[in-house]
Amino acid sequence: MARIFVSLDQRIDGWDAPALRARSVQTARVYDSAQRPPPAIEELREAWRYRDLIGELVVRDVKTRYKRSVLGVAWTMLNPLLMMLILTFVFSNVFRFEITHYAVYMLSAQIVWIFFSQTTTAAMHQMAWGGPLLTKIYVPKAVFPLAALGTGLVNFALALVPLALIIIVTGVPITPAMLMLPIPMVFAACLALGVGLILSTISMWFHDVIDMWQILLTALYFFTPIMYPRSILPEGYVFLLNLNPVYHIVELFRLPIYIGWPAGPYTLLAAAVSSFVALVVGWLVFTSRARSMANQA
Amino acid sequence: MARVHVASSEYGEPSVNVVDVDAASVRFWLPHERVVSFKEFAIRRIQRRLSYRQLWALKGVSLEVAPAEAVAIIGRNGAGKSTLLRLIARVMHPTEGRVRVVGHVAPLLDLGAGFHPELTGRENVMLNGTLLGHARRDVQRRFDDIVAFAEIADFIDAPLRTYSSGMAARLGFAVATAWQPDILIVDESLSVGDEKFRAKCEARIGEYRRSGTSILLVSHDLPTVRAVCQRAIWLDGGRVRMTGEVDRVATAYHEAA
Repeated sequence: MARIFVSLDQRIDGWDAPALRARSVQTARVYDSAQRPPPAIEELREAWRYRDLIGELVVRDVKTRYKRSVLGVAWTMLNPLLMMLILTFVFSNVFRFEITHYAVYMLSAQIVWIFFSQTTTAAMHQMAWGGPLLTKIYVPKAVFPLAALGTGLVNFALALVPLALIIIVTGVPITPAMLMLPIPMVFAACLALGVGLILSTISMWFHDVIDMWQILLTALYFFTPIMYPRSILPEGYVFLLNLNPVYHIVELFRLPIYIGWPAGPYTLLAAAVSSFVALVVGWLVFTSRARSMANQA
Repeated sequence: MARVHVASSEYGEPSVNVVDVDAASVRFWLPHERVVSFKEFAIRRIQRRLSYRQLWALKGVSLEVAPAEAVAIIGRNGAGKSTLLRLIARVMHPTEGRVRVVGHVAPLLDLGAGFHPELTGRENVMLNGTLLGHARRDVQRRFDDIVAFAEIADFIDAPLRTYSSGMAARLGFAVATAWQPDILIVDESLSVGDEKFRAKCEARIGEYRRSGTSILLVSHDLPTVRAVCQRAIWLDGGRVRMTGEVDRVATAYHEAA
């Protein structure tokens, strides 16, 4: 393969012509390392300037996920459905819980959980993909966790299709309370992004965080009443359960569908506070570290 | 980021350089033993067995580049050439000193670093264009030019994994240079495909230079450096060993080596 610049007639000696000098510096962007805004603000602005990149990264993820699979997009919808079928069988025949409309009870929580676990994990994978690039070209680092959030939201929207189907098939009544559903999704997005930002900050230095997070996620999954009723938890655990932010968001999403009535104000407050705190802390931690990521040779 | 309007004097001579590196230093913290897992980090932390030494990759380096000027950065491996380029491409932030850059920087370092093998050429152009900071609409507007320059019109909807390395390099170069930058960073060892395409790349770079783009060239090849650049900066151990007119610096560097 040839290298650039092998011919010897490259020197352009007319370079100091005033007209040429004037051209490139007019209305140009100025970068001054001594006058950068605080990282949290600079990163927000730059991520907005690179919003089209976030869109392209989401498109890439959605496309590459389905390009090589026969079932294509249907897979995103089938995945929670199959999970639900298995669990419905296990719980109604093996454990013998009496939960009416178990399929809706479980699936409405399961898709919120899948959104949370996928987005937080994908934030680390995105960062790992972008890492080598970040030492070569300037890209605001926050685009990678933000793209993970975008992909998570697309997949979540697709997973709403089987949920709607099950709701119709099982005859669970459709109520005005379902209009509340965007609220828990905003909280879920904030929480997943906040946690994803913290995780991807750590994963820049320690790659085993990706594996450790999978173990923690499994523990958290079983400590959140998704596939089992809350009533099976012993009294002593209720206090701990209230400290689990995912639990509040899951309840907030499930109750309007399952009982046709929004969750109480305490659940709403707990979900709102925990998700916004997670987002603010995550953003501050991530952006304060973002500048030095390339300096860690 | 602010936008400046350079007030040209009646001679049309703006007083602003496109690159202004002022006594910049970059410090790395290197662990004595590389710790990549969190488990290991936690254990060593408890045992107080974590120690770092500092390494100044650059120390007090200054560099000015005028519009339309071509400057070579020469020096041996590990002299700090890449670190200096990273400061200018704002991939790194100076530990000390100041870096000012006016205008758009296009780094021709690792063409197609953001390419994804499963995506088509078309999709990769969109992804790579936005990675370089362009809006989606701008990439679409230049799309036909990019494909024509890379000479891959017949394969643009095939996945990138089916491309030869030459085709991928051509596409990478075409995207990276589709917009005329104010500063072009070129690594001379960069490969751009076959001989014929190389001539085309040179022609495009030459055209940009004639209309005002500044060039930062990293190279070990002194004849190329002398042929392309007006000035050179010689880095040695993170410090400026010599700077000035290209022939003088290249001769001194050659004699020292």
